[in-house]
Order: sequence, then structure tokens, then C-alpha cells
Amino acid sequence: MSTAVAEVPVETRIHYLNASYGIKSWLFTTDHKRIALLYLGSITLMFFIGGAMAVLMRLHLIEPAGALVQPETYNKLFTMHGVVMLFFFLVPSIPATLGNFLVPMMIGARDLAFPKLNLLSWYVYITGATFTLYALISGGVDTGWTFYTPLSSHYLTTHVIAAATGVFINGFSSILTGLNFIVTIHKMRAPGLTWKRMQLFLWSIYATSVIFVLATPVIAIALFLVVLERAFHVGIFDPAIGGDPVLFQHLFWFYSHPAVYIMILPGMGVVSELVTCFSRKKPFGYMFIAYSSMAIAMISFFVWGHHMFVSGQSVYAGFIFSALSFAVAIPSAIKVFNWTATLYKGSISYQAPMLYALGFIGLFTMGGLTGLFLASMATDIHLHDTYFVIAHFHYIMVGGAVMGYLGGIHYWWPKITGRLYHDGWARFAALVIFVGFNLTFFPQYMLGYLGMPRRYAVYPSEFQVLNVMSSAGASILGVGYLIPFIYLLWSIRYGPVAGSNPWGAKGLEWETPSPPPTNNFQEPPVVAEEPYGYAEPEHAHV
Amino acid sequence: MAGALLAQWPQLRPANASISAGRIDHLYFFLTGLTLFFTFAIFATIFYFMIKYRRRSEQERPPATEQSFALELTWIIIPSLICVFVFLWGASLFFAAARPPQGAIEIFVVGKQWMWHLQHPEGQREINQLHVPVDVPVRLTMTSEDVIHDFFVPAFRMKMDVVPGRYTSEWFQATQPGSYHLFCAQYCGTLHSGMTGTIEVMTPTDYAQWLRDNSTTESMVQTGQQLFTRLGCDTCHLADGSGAGPALQGRFGKPLTLRDGQTRVMDEAYVRQSIFDPGSLPLPNYRPVMPTFRGQVSEEQILQLIAYIKSLGSGERTQAP
Repeated sequence: MSTAVAEVPVETRIHYLNASYGIKSWLFTTDHKRIALLYLGSITLMFFIGGAMAVLMRLHLIEPAGALVQPETYNKLFTMHGVVMLFFFLVPSIPATLGNFLVPMMIGARDLAFPKLNLLSWYVYITGATFTLYALISGGVDTGWTFYTPLSSHYLTTHVIAAATGVFINGFSSILTGLNFIVTIHKMRAPGLTWKRMQLFLWSIYATSVIFVLATPVIAIALFLVVLERAFHVGIFDPAIGGDPVLFQHLFWFYSHPAVYIMILPGMGVVSELVTCFSRKKPFGYMFIAYSSMAIAMISFFVWGHHMFVSGQSVYAGFIFSALSFAVAIPSAIKVFNWTATLYKGSISYQAPMLYALGFIGLFTMGGLTGLFLASMATDIHLHDTYFVIAHFHYIMVGGAVMGYLGGIHYWWPKITGRLYHDGWARFAALVIFVGFNLTFFPQYMLGYLGMPRRYAVYPSEFQVLNVMSSAGASILGVGYLIPFIYLLWSIRYGPVAGSNPWGAKGLEWETPSPPPTNNFQEPPVVAEEPYGYAEPEHAHV
Repeated sequence: MAGALLAQWPQLRPANASISAGRIDHLYFFLTGLTLFFTFAIFATIFYFMIKYRRRSEQERPPATEQSFALELTWIIIPSLICVFVFLWGASLFFAAARPPQGAIEIFVVGKQWMWHLQHPEGQREINQLHVPVDVPVRLTMTSEDVIHDFFVPAFRMKMDVVPGRYTSEWFQATQPGSYHLFCAQYCGTLHSGMTGTIEVMTPTDYAQWLRDNSTTESMVQTGQQLFTRLGCDTCHLADGSGAGPALQGRFGKPLTLRDGQTRVMDEAYVRQSIFDPGSLPLPNYRPVMPTFRGQVSEEQILQLIAYIKSLGSGERTQAP
């Protein structure tokens, strides 16, 4: 192979990866790119822990009476799967890795506004994760990731306090990261980089950061109150001591619905980049895509009650929440239409990142539209808390957010590592994931409509066929996720050298060598043109 | 194994056994059609573009597409109109189903980890089973002894949380005799998936027979009346109003004014609150001498007391909560 020859320039040039060596140079780094890699390692670990629990759950559900574990263990599996995947993988996934790596580079800055705060947020994340993993190892917790009271605050005897403390602490990591991004995007853009010249990924990260800062404190408070009630019997949520159990649901969903957009908005940002790059087109409706991110961030704060149509909330409150939930669908639809229109008369190539992006669009469309079933009150009565809901949010969070995350990782991998992975394997993995995903979750829509409730360790036998199909799909999906893990690691050592811009992409991050130097740019960039100028040939940089 | 599984291939539609099931399904089918249409439309467009505009040479630099404000408006307005339509459809179905019709059979439900306790007005008690007649509206008044549960009957497309410390209600009118799943849909702890049961919908004659076969010595009202005496309620709540507490005759379902001027309707929740926490509902003209009965009466007994108080004559039927 020619790699041995091509490696020479990478090895001799000083960049962020070889600027210093040793474990301390990583644990005390304030370089946003190294912190991004610290996050990448940690969330990948959490992803595989959460994934292993999903695999056990799907294995268990092959038999109606349960094939593997006792109901108590099953309850712990779905709880820890949810807690680990949502709070420790999906929420930080794109913002803390790709966002951390790219935001300063996309705006032409040397680093984030508060580099030490950035490192602190990783340590906060690790502390939170440690508490949660402690809860897992010391016997698990079985509240459900939603921690509904008074079950969590009084009746369960598992390690609720440790798990809740872990999520509580982790929230501060989100808040610090969000704050850092907001300040950085406001204050550190390169000369000439006006708001309307920003890449769409930045708009989506900005919108996400707003939610981070405004919503996360609410879940912190809610979980703090659960701990307070559990440890000191302060009557807040348990009606037996004067509390209101539904109050918890209001607080919880006030965070957790916007949190859904924390998970999907960055993925939308990634897809906006991928679609433009691999069709060599300016995004159709740039301002519509950008502003729809902001619209989603705003409206998402006012739809939490659609999780509570059958909680006993007033019929009229339900009307308002239902109407607003339909409203939040519109900006998402705008994005899908604009992405599709961007392909029109483009020059489309099907490299692996593009396959993930197109998979995202299709699965997100499906997930978004099935959201209408749950926003509509009459159908939600039947579908609420069934497998239909599980299928819906996995189409958004796995079909959408994880696809977007993997697409982004594949797209910027050459920038991050300086190496190319094997495109054939990557396309194959994208296909396996797409097929496995649909086989896992499509049957769950049908299960939900038939009436199978979620969080059931045992179920009536008429639901078995669809459950077996779903479990079969999960095994394909599991393999699909292992493939990129292998070839991406392999590429770090053996992959061909990527060069600064292997995709012919536009954007400041491609105008610096791969991997970038510690200060990102050899000289501070000045922006003098609109973004996504794909109609002109690329600049001859580096 | 595959053959055995195929032999029991499931139906694609759950049993359709209540008057609202069909209505909800129509909306469900419409939404399914909408989802399939847009998903296929987007997928087909993407595939078409992928093939038609595939990259033919590395040197290709297609010019930027003219932005179209009209096109943007089109795909904002059309989905918005669809959303308004679906919202109104779903909300009107929900609203129409929110109030139970007159003359519904009243069943009382208490959820506890991990079983359902149900009681008929005639006094019959059931666990994890409910016998009801076909074609008659049935209203469930529900509460929980511990955590939040949820009374879900897929065949009726009916679901409502069962919340400790308050009463929720739902109603159905079965259309097909048969036996249907009852699930707890709100995760409630270790044996959540065991908190299931059946709803037995019977023809009117079968139901009458069932009631006779399972007749108890006393109805809920009679049980409630005995409790009323045993707990000493009757020493203060004298029928002629001369006692230390107000007379309860003819009061249920009517508004009353508290000492601070607040108006409350005397409904199930009010009765429960005044038994557990009488100090929180001070009435003008009465001294707050009633003790709390918290810990002395169970949720089921409260429901029996409510049934008795209701039987003392009620005002107009109030709106369902």
C-alpha cells in the first residue's frame, strides 16, 4: 500500500494530536479538539453499555413469558438503557464531540471562549457518569428513565439516589457546554463571518445551546426534589405526605421534551452540512433551515403537556398542548423539504456520510409523522405508553440523532484523525444499520397499535411474532454498530492520509490541515464570501 | 419454529369493541395514510434525484438553484393546513368522549401494586376482572393506593392514569360481547407487566345472571352506610342539619362555599379530601371539629362512603373531571 509513503508529511508536521504526549497532556488539556476526543471516548463507552442492555432486553422478549431474566432485572435493564443512552450518550453526543471540535474551527477561532470551563464540563460529565455507573454496578435502579413519582421517591428500594444524583450532576455539564457555545458564537466569529454567513451546523448548535441553558436547570431541580423527598420525606410529590405526583411530570417534561430537540437539532445541523457537501449545492432555503432551528428551540418549551394527556390534566390544557405540538412539526417539515430540494440538479455522490444523511432524512420523516399520532389527543389516548411511542422516539433518536451523529463522525473523521477509513465498509455498515433499524422498530409501531404496553417484562402470546421480528432486527442493528467501531479504529493507524479537504467541502474547518494544528489556523482567517459557494471551484489551500 | 410463528401471525388491527374504537381508528388510518404518503414521497424524490443527478465527473460544479420564496411558503402552508385539520379532528373526538353519557353504570376502581380492585354498585367485588354488559355506558371512577397506574383497554381504545390522592375517570360503551385485555400502562414497579386482567363484556341477560350468581349480601351503598355508622360520621352529620357537621342529604354534586369565599363542588375528590384532611375545607357556620380519618379508612372504603353519600340524593350531575 502507498500509505507508508503518504504518512511522512503527517508525522513530521506538528498538530493537536502530536503537540504533546502523555496521559497528563490529555487529562489537563484545554484544547477543544482534545476535549472533543475525551468526550468521544466516554460517550462511545456509554453507547456500548446502553446498547448491551438493549440487546439483553430484546433477547428477553423473544419469549412471551420472558426468556432471560426476572421482571425486576428487566425493569432495571430498560431503566439503565434509557438513563445511559439519553443523558450520557444522546444529549452530549453531537454537541460535546463534533460541536466541541468544530464550533471554534467553523467560526475561525483558536478555541472556545472558556477553554478551562470546557474541560471542567467533561469532568462534570465523568463525575455524573460515575454515579450512574455506580448505581448500575451496585445493583441497578428500576424507576424507568422518567423517574415518575411517587414510585421513585418512595416505593422502590433500589439505588435511586445515586442514579438521580448522576443525572443531576451531568446536567451541569450540559449547561456549561451550552454557555460556552453561546458566548463563543456571539463573540469569537472571524472578521467578516456575519450570522447569515454561518454554517447551518452552527445555527443548530446555537439553538441547542439555548435549550441546554434554559431547560437543564429544571430537570436538575426536579431530580433534586425527588432525592429530597426520598431521603428526608419532605412532602413534594407523594400524596401520602401531602405532595402532588403529577407536579413531577410537569417539571420532568418541561426539560425532557425540549431535551428531545437537544438530541435531534444537532443531527439536523450535521445533515444540512452533509447534504450540501455531497450534492455540491448551496442549501436550498438557507435562512428557512436556520430559523426553523430557532423556531424549534422556542416552541419545544411549550409542548410538554402532550406527554400528559391521560395523566388527569385538564381537557383544555390538553387542547393547547396538542395544538402547539402540531405547530412544532412545521419547522421540522420545512427542513426535510429544503434538504430534499437541495439535491435538485446537484452533483450527488454516495459516499458513506451521505448515505447516513439520506437515511436520517427518511427515518426522521417517518418518526416525525408518527409524532402527529401522539400530538393528536384522540389517537394518543390509545397509543400513549405503548410500543408505538417507543417506535416513534427511536425513529427520531436512533433513526435521526444516531444516524446524524454517525454521518457527522464519518464526514469529519478525516479532519479529526487525518486519515480516511474504508469507504466500502462504511457504506456497507450504513446499509446494515438502516435495515437492522427498520426491522427492529417498524414492528414496534404495529405492536403499539395492537395495544402492547411498554416496559412489560412478560406479554400475551399474540404479540410474539412481532417481538421476535424486532429482536431479530436488533441483532442486525447491533452488528451494524460494531462495524464502524472496528474500521474507524483501524483507519487511525492504517488508513490513507486524508489531506485537508478530502470531500471538496466548503467551510473554514476544511481550510486548515488535517489534523489541525493546536491553534486551528496558521493565520487567523477572514471571511469575505457567503457560505457554501459550491458553484465555484474550491480554493487551492495548503 | 418459523412455521409455528407464521401460523400464529397476528391480526394487524386490535379488537374493535367500543363505540369510540371505530372513530379513533378512522383518524388512525387517516394518519397512517398521511405518513405513508409523505414518507414514500420523500423517499421517492430522494431516490429519483440520487439517480438523475448522480455525480458524473469530479469536475462538476452545478450552479446554485434559485431560491424560491413561493415554494417555501407552499410547503409551510400545506403542512400547516393538514396539521390544523388533524388537530381539530383529534381534539373534537377527545372532547366528545370526555363526558360520560347519562345513566352510565358506575364502577369503582382501586389500583394497587400489582392488582386491580373493582367494585360494582350492587356490591360485587372483582380482582383483575370486570364484568360489564354490552351496549351500556360504563363509567370508571379510579384511584390508587400507592403509585400511579393506568387502566388501559386496547379493544376500547381507552386509557387513563390512576393517580394516588385524586380521582380520575374514564368511560366506555362496549359493542361486542367477548373477553378483552386490561393492561396497566403506567410503569408501576416490579410486577408492572403482571398487573393485567380481562374485561368480560356480556349480553344483558348473561350480565343479569352474573349479577345474581355473584350477588352479595349488601350493595356498595349499604356497605358505605354501615361504615358511616361505624366510624361515627352519623353522630355529627345528622340528617336534619342540627348536628356539629352539615347534613349530607341532597348535597352531592352541588356547589358549596368555603369560609374563605372559595366555591367548591362537592364531588368525589371533595368528599375524599374532607375525610382525610377536613381542616383544609373549613365551612362557614361550622366549627372545625372534625378529626382526620387518614390511616383509618382505605381507598376502597372511601369509595363506599362516597357511594352512600351519593345515594342520599344528589344535585345535578357535574362535569367529569
